[in-house]
Amino acid sequence: MSVLAQERKILLKHIAEPDLGTLKGYERLGGYQALKKALTMAPTAVIEEVKVSGIRGRGGAGFPTGMKWSFVPQNTGKPIYLLCNADESEPGCFKDKLLLEKNPFALLEGIAIAAHAVGSKKSYIYIRGEYAKAARILEKAIAEAYQAGYLGQKVMGSAFSVDLVLHRGAGAYICGEETGLISSLEGKKGQPKLKPPFPAVSGYLGCPTVVNNVETLSTLPWILQNSGAAYAKYGTEKSTGTRLFCLSGWVNKPGVYELELGTPLVDLIEKEGGGMKDGAKLKAVIPGGSSTPPLTAAEVAEARLDFESIGKFGSFLGAGGVIVIPEHVSLVGILETIAEFYWDESCGQCTPCREGTGWLYKIMKMIADGQGKKSDIADLNKTANLMMGTTICALSDAAAMPVLGFLKKFPQEFEAALGTPH
Amino acid sequence: MTDIAFTPDRLEQCQKLVKKYEKPQCALLPVLYLAQDQYKYLTLPVMAYVAKLLEMPTGKVVDAVSFYSMFKREDPGKFCFQICHNVTCRMMGAEKMMAVAKEELGVGKKVTTEDGRFSFETVECLGSCDNAPVLQLNNEFLKPINEEGFRDFLKKLKQGNEASISEVLS
Ligand SMILES: Cc1cc2nc3c(=O)[nH]c(=O)nc-3n(C[C@H](O)[C@H](O)[C@H](O)COP(=O)(O)O)c2cc1C
Ligand code: SF4
Ligand code: FES
Repeated sequence: MSVLAQERKILLKHIAEPDLGTLKGYERLGGYQALKKALTMAPTAVIEEVKVSGIRGRGGAGFPTGMKWSFVPQNTGKPIYLLCNADESEPGCFKDKLLLEKNPFALLEGIAIAAHAVGSKKSYIYIRGEYAKAARILEKAIAEAYQAGYLGQKVMGSAFSVDLVLHRGAGAYICGEETGLISSLEGKKGQPKLKPPFPAVSGYLGCPTVVNNVETLSTLPWILQNSGAAYAKYGTEKSTGTRLFCLSGWVNKPGVYELELGTPLVDLIEKEGGGMKDGAKLKAVIPGGSSTPPLTAAEVAEARLDFESIGKFGSFLGAGGVIVIPEHVSLVGILETIAEFYWDESCGQCTPCREGTGWLYKIMKMIADGQGKKSDIADLNKTANLMMGTTICALSDAAAMPVLGFLKKFPQEFEAALGTPH
Repeated sequence: MTDIAFTPDRLEQCQKLVKKYEKPQCALLPVLYLAQDQYKYLTLPVMAYVAKLLEMPTGKVVDAVSFYSMFKREDPGKFCFQICHNVTCRMMGAEKMMAVAKEELGVGKKVTTEDGRFSFETVECLGSCDNAPVLQLNNEFLKPINEEGFRDFLKKLKQGNEASISEVLS
């Protein structure tokens, strides 16, 4: 039995229903009642409801969604754009793909609700290029939603209109960063832009723009249907609601699991994931995708899956990518892989990021190849520290944080690796 | 290669695409996909053609094409395999899959076989870590497959058994 009772689930409650992905099935399961209700409410009332829910963005940064929406200026005379971030590329994360493929109409309904709330008449879904199947499913769902009057002119007979376009990325992790996504949608290289101005004020083509993650938007129908207060009853005081966790690595049953925030991490691994594969001993867990510092086995035993608890251990929930690492797997190899990834994906605009990711990878590769020197550990720490908080976007921090975290929490393993190939 | 042009149906698709966006240039990615679909990979004349259609400098199109890994400047061959080499896949045996491919096809990283039919590239996390190690063929996911299954499939494909593809795709 799952840790979160089936009837209490919000995002995955109906995930096993074979017709959930069809418009008929979605309607049968209560779909589009929330949009109907939202369209009778003033946009400010919808924003208020989402504020009360306490939901924080599920794309990684964890910014309160209702507050983000209230920053959008309504009097500039420029169009307002709502962009759905479906670029999901953080290593270890695969929850958005599940929602896109299995429950596309919840996302489309969520987008319509959000567009109504922020005053947007035009919306885009930016989906990562590698998700070809999900793109085909969405394309079909969008066409059906138009035909049924859930998108386009006068949605559900109301005065509200919204157009939605599916836009496929083409293989660049940095396009998941919201300003990189905007550059990419403008037909350029996906290079992030300096903030401020924030997208809410000046985003796509210089117009007010809201960027929200797939999971965030897919949760909105439930919140509107059941109230923000009902949502806030889930989870902890500061981390409300449920979240999808992507469990992968050395466990018996990897997959996407919905849990209330505040659930013990051990429950995810043991009860949902069926415990460690082949009875192996746990060494470390990466809690939120490859950019988040690891937890030691002792920390895993204590940690709860909410922003505060994971924060206490110097890490983040990120985008929910929980990677389980057993005793026999080398952390040196893992950190080398992570360093190579961020080096490869740095867009190169900022010197600390471009040079720093290169150094981190070069040094990690030397250590992994058995040519590490004692000074390498200090150089890694120094380089990583110089990369924090000094760049246009947070990719530089994302590359530095795991390096600092692994070295701090597993110093013996890295020291022991000096001079021996991995 | 002088008369580069979209086929009539693609040209129509292209015009429809451009209309969906605020500016022609915003349709760059979808139009490049169309071009790649027709020409398999993007040569300079193809990029210049796209630039003209979208009223933008060719240099900007070239820049973009080299920025996005799914746009190809060279022929990837009829069967291009992608294998994820990120954290979870590596932990769960990606290297072994890579070794199988090398043994069967004799190709390495981003390398194409002599006859140009097969190629192989390592890619970043494909968002399917629960099925690690993860493989794609021409950007479509394969079902979870073990080393022996993968070897058998490659053998069949080498012998020209293309019907075997549908059995392995997810
Ligand atoms: C390097 C980098 C990569 C990111 N990748 C993604 C991504 O793939 N998907 C996503 O939703 N957010 C991603 N984000 C976060 C976005 O910038 C943005 O905060 C988010 O889409 C906002 O949506 P939310 O408030 O609903 O979470 C990334 C951020 C950074 C710095
Ligand atoms: S921090 Fe790195 S990825 Fe972000 S804008 Fe600067 S160079 Fe590009
Ligand atoms: S690490 Fe390979 S699919 Fe995620």
